[in-house]
Amino acid sequence: MSVIASATSISGVDEKRAHSDGRADALFRWIVFAAGIFVLITLIAVALTTLWGGREAFEKFGFRFLYSSEWNTQTHEFGALAPIYGTLVTAAIALIIAVPISFGIALYLTEIAPPWLRTPVGAAIELLAGIPSIIYGMWGLFVFVPIMGHYIIPWLNDHLGGVPLLGALFSGPPLGLGMLTAGIVLAIMVIPFISSVMREVFLTVPTRLKESAYALGGTTWEVAWDIVLPYTRTAVIGGVFLGLGRALGETMAVTFVLGNVHRLSLSLLEPGNSIAATIANEFAEADSEIFRSSLIALAFLLFVVTFIVLAIAKLMLRQMEKREGKL
Amino acid sequence: MLNRIRHSLTALAIGVTLFAASAHATDITGAGSTFVQPLITKWSSTYAEKTGSHVNYGGGGSGAGIAQIKAATIDFGASDKPLSPEELSAAGLGQFPIVIGGVVPVVNVQGIKAGDLKLTGALLGDIYLGNVKKWNDPKIAKDNAGVALPDLAIQVVSRSDGSGTTFNFTNFLSKVSADWKAKVGEGTSVQWPAGVGGKGNAGVAAYVQQINGSIGYVELAYALQNKMAYTQVQNAAGKYVTPNLASFAAAASHADWKSAKDFQLVITNAPGDDSWPITATAFALIYKTPKDAAHSKEVLNFFKWAYESGGKEAEGLDYVALPPPLVHQIEEYWKAEVKL
Repeated sequence: MSVIASATSISGVDEKRAHSDGRADALFRWIVFAAGIFVLITLIAVALTTLWGGREAFEKFGFRFLYSSEWNTQTHEFGALAPIYGTLVTAAIALIIAVPISFGIALYLTEIAPPWLRTPVGAAIELLAGIPSIIYGMWGLFVFVPIMGHYIIPWLNDHLGGVPLLGALFSGPPLGLGMLTAGIVLAIMVIPFISSVMREVFLTVPTRLKESAYALGGTTWEVAWDIVLPYTRTAVIGGVFLGLGRALGETMAVTFVLGNVHRLSLSLLEPGNSIAATIANEFAEADSEIFRSSLIALAFLLFVVTFIVLAIAKLMLRQMEKREGKL
Repeated sequence: MLNRIRHSLTALAIGVTLFAASAHATDITGAGSTFVQPLITKWSSTYAEKTGSHVNYGGGGSGAGIAQIKAATIDFGASDKPLSPEELSAAGLGQFPIVIGGVVPVVNVQGIKAGDLKLTGALLGDIYLGNVKKWNDPKIAKDNAGVALPDLAIQVVSRSDGSGTTFNFTNFLSKVSADWKAKVGEGTSVQWPAGVGGKGNAGVAAYVQQINGSIGYVELAYALQNKMAYTQVQNAAGKYVTPNLASFAAAASHADWKSAKDFQLVITNAPGDDSWPITATAFALIYKTPKDAAHSKEVLNFFKWAYESGGKEAEGLDYVALPPPLVHQIEEYWKAEVKL
């Protein structure tokens, strides 16, 4: 009798419990749904706001806004080509430098470094990632620009200036400022991001895979290139794009060392401009509607550029996966 | 016990009433020109000590100041570029000068010290147009017999952000160089034909100090603080003058304010033997028929106080107070134009 009673009471509790669990689950689902949708709403809101703010510029200039490098506040002729070009070139330089170095850092820390060194260097990377960009900008201007101007640019001029094709990229006045300088400063800024992601994901590679490769006579490099990297490829590319996103949108550090002029030049040693730097420089004194509208239109274009670059990356990743699947 | 509380409450109430009566403070807000921001901030703290009224000045740039005063979100705006009487009357605004300052060319050429180099306005225009490319160009050498000019490329530095400094500099170049006027013109930001752009006075000063063979333009205070080599510039009377507070003051007093409606006058290239040619003014913008008369009255009180007793502080920050006849003219303008 008492056994039966207790059994029913337990099932009653269970029912209640199941009911409240169901409610809690539903509530939880809504909360995380809201968190997820928040990202989408923010994204769409930013895109629409900048598109709306830039409508005047898009209406007036049309497609010319994309391919004109004119930026004249007197005649109110605005074109975005110079800042778009500067944004892409500086980000490309940054990645060309940052990706191999980050790979080296991550590989060293996970495969080669003695264990006592791994934690402090790992912590140092995370600290570097937390330094505000204005600090990088000031360091760039006061420390790095003179080094570029006095030593590196004259050397590049002397040794690469005469080489066909490359010469066009590496000849210019020894200002110390310019797209190469900005790209290098950006590289230093994004290395912590890329390398810390790489380090995290390299740690997830199962030891038995690596041990098997070593047992088959693989060198450390072969293990890294043929085992570790393919295993973590998606996450590594994700890390690279985190860095790329930061490089494309970086404002203060770039403004300090880029030279801020609306001119297109092939040479990496010439000053240029980037979308974010242009907006930061000129928004406060944008004294006409069309000027302000053009700056907001630039913001929209930065959005579009970032989107296109990320889309291309996703496509490349899918192609690579397809090829792997066929093998 | 209750009595004690009641007593202390009464005392507190009386205290609060007295305090409110004695302070009688009207806090006003302004925004705009960053050129006058250090000075207005300084004036504001002294003024608050004297009167208890606070002036909150937001800076943000002349463009922002003009936009905000038109949108009626502030009590006064400040602009480096005077508005035209038509634009003022369309927005119901009045305008008057605040203080005088000056823009000076600075160079970084080994061996050339402050005040050594002499430049004409037209030559300055040619340098900024990129027509004169080397420091030993005969055009530069012509008026600089005693100066050792190296065979070094000139690197031009300008402002990358829109600014009143640029407006006054390009306004001067447009007045003295037909070539400049036709190709570039004047404005708070222009399409520079050559060189690099630094952000703010500090950015230009830093670029000029870093780049060998460079020339830039900054406000006098930045040139002095950074111990930079400023140049002499030829003025409208054909004389070479050194930038300092005396030559700024000379330009301000020789300028023809009397015939400038709503004080719309840019005093670059002013007449007078001792006038600095790139002298600049910052202008205050106020409502002619204010909705909030108390606030606008306080704005005028503040500027009246600043004209009378703010001269020393202005000098300390390398600005020049307005000459007395101009102050008199401004006060007449207030009486005639502002309905309080």
